[in-house]
Amino acid sequence: MTSPLEQKKIKLAGPSMVTANRTWDGVVIYRTAQQGWSANLSDAAIVRTSDEARTLLGEATADDVGAIGAYIAPVEVEDGGAVRPGNLREHIRSEGLTIALPA
Amino acid sequence: MYAYDELDRTLINERVSEFRDQVKRRLSGELTEDEFKMLRLQNGVYLQLHAYMFRVAIPYGTLSSKQLRALAHVARKYDRGYGHFTTRQNIQFNWIKLAELPDALADLAEVGIHAMQTSGNNTRNVTSDQWAGVAPGEVEDPRIWSELLRQYTTLHPEFSFLPRKFKFAITASDHDRAAIKIHDIGLRLYKNAEGATGFEVLVGGGLGRTPFIGKTIKPFVHGRDILSYVEAILRVYNQYGRRDNIYKARIKILVHELGIEKFAHEVEEEWQQMRDSALTLDDSVIEEIRSRFSYPAYERLAHMPDELKKAAHDPKFEAWRRNSVFTHKVQGYSIVTLSLKPVGGPPGDATAEQMDAIADLADKYSFGEIRVGHEQNLVLPHVARRDLPVLWKALDKIGVATPNINLVSDIIACPGLDYCSLANARSIPIAQELTRRFANHDTANLIGRLHINISGCINACGHHHVGHIGILGVEKNGEEFYQITIGGRADEDAQMGTLIGPAVPYGEVADVIEDIVEAYLALRARPDELFVDTVKRLGVEPFRERVYATR
Repeated sequence: MTSPLEQKKIKLAGPSMVTANRTWDGVVIYRTAQQGWSANLSDAAIVRTSDEARTLLGEATADDVGAIGAYIAPVEVEDGGAVRPGNLREHIRSEGLTIALPA
Repeated sequence: MYAYDELDRTLINERVSEFRDQVKRRLSGELTEDEFKMLRLQNGVYLQLHAYMFRVAIPYGTLSSKQLRALAHVARKYDRGYGHFTTRQNIQFNWIKLAELPDALADLAEVGIHAMQTSGNNTRNVTSDQWAGVAPGEVEDPRIWSELLRQYTTLHPEFSFLPRKFKFAITASDHDRAAIKIHDIGLRLYKNAEGATGFEVLVGGGLGRTPFIGKTIKPFVHGRDILSYVEAILRVYNQYGRRDNIYKARIKILVHELGIEKFAHEVEEEWQQMRDSALTLDDSVIEEIRSRFSYPAYERLAHMPDELKKAAHDPKFEAWRRNSVFTHKVQGYSIVTLSLKPVGGPPGDATAEQMDAIADLADKYSFGEIRVGHEQNLVLPHVARRDLPVLWKALDKIGVATPNINLVSDIIACPGLDYCSLANARSIPIAQELTRRFANHDTANLIGRLHINISGCINACGHHHVGHIGILGVEKNGEEFYQITIGGRADEDAQMGTLIGPAVPYGEVADVIEDIVEAYLALRARPDELFVDTVKRLGVEPFRERVYATR
């Protein structure tokens, strides 16, 4: 599988968002509709067309100081509007490890 | 232990200052990520799923107790209280903040630790036998030559911008614990018929997308010529290695495409032009490095002291001793392997508390020295046999005395999709489930030596190709599936495993492995026929039938 960090063509299979890691500490962040970043997936701007995604990704990558490795990723939008990660990778990034930390 | 000289200490400290300035400029926006990426990679800093990952070098897997305490300190102060020992004898921290990395590096530099050669398209951490210097029958300590190569290759301008990463491994024993045949250059130290010390040189080994077993390019290179010969190999690689395609850039592809004879010819031509140059090693150079290694002042001790005789009545102690204690070259001493594979635990992880406790135990019982093996376990290399019972109790207390070394639950696993940005599937939960399935020590002992290696993607950090049973995570339509290979091995008879059939879903992996093991127990010719030998004798078909008959 090609890493999403190497995305070249933009082809959406469904609702999507733009995610990255915060530069200073690496925390997972999501691009918001207010042209900022949030650590909560629920704040992510949702895009549904390639053009929207391209624009959002362009804004995100323009913020080279604040974020690193921005890419487009799928989400599931529930009937009530709640946003869920669209694949296992994003689920793990959003919810954390599927294993307990060593203690 | 090797004591760094002033040159090394200056280099490490200067590197910290340099990186501190680079991080500062990155965070201020003076450096873009594109400009910064190579700089951070040269200091072991990757970006993973959740955070930055910081990989710290442990040259040839040797640590002092002081250094292990410093790693514990980094885990505690800058990370989440644990570290992950890797298949290349390094350690990784998974949650480190970029802004704090220079401080972490500075703290490590105080005890002579750095992150050079842990990333990037350069020569990587030189790995070796975790029993180096203490293994019976060893020609000599391979770490002397490992250190020589470390010094020579570190920041070498010609080796710092190679087509791809480049890995060395060195062994000096007949039994290869360093997996030299799956490295770009593998070196086997031995004495030839004339009594001269030198190397069999293998080239072009490697795993990943296109796995190859290394081939012998020269049966004997005298020790004094090893730098010039290695440089000749790297020059040929630098000249002909592909830079246009990352998947074809490793030296193994070049060796495969040119053929070993043609490649060897190119190297020989290069070498003949430079072999009698400044790179020819004077004995004094080797002696200087040798003199900077300190060796324990061993006592004359009994092989079977009273303490050991007494403890032999405790079946739990005996189970551990038989499994995790190995013969030392000096009578009265043993090599002790500490299992970082507890039942249900992530393979290779150690908490800061465990690291501190192990450092204390190393001071008390192993002359302050610890080793890291590529199987992701730790070793106390110089334990007096009289101390084994008391050491066992202490190790058991901190959870590193599981008697499963080389058994089915001593699993090698990469971090997988729980951490890694390259992974397609999870590795750790698969390993955890397998350790639970095979938690019974009697069953594990009945099965005997069996190495399960798990990788979460084709890059093969978990060495799945050379596992007796290899498990490779792949993605199919958004779901995790796993390909199973059997019959691989990473020792002196290294070979790639054979795929047994279609990939199986996440939820069936442990059942499949149990089926394979049950088939082995039914098929083996004798109780002491190892799994890998049964596969060699019978091929994969009986195992394939067993696994897929009902699937």
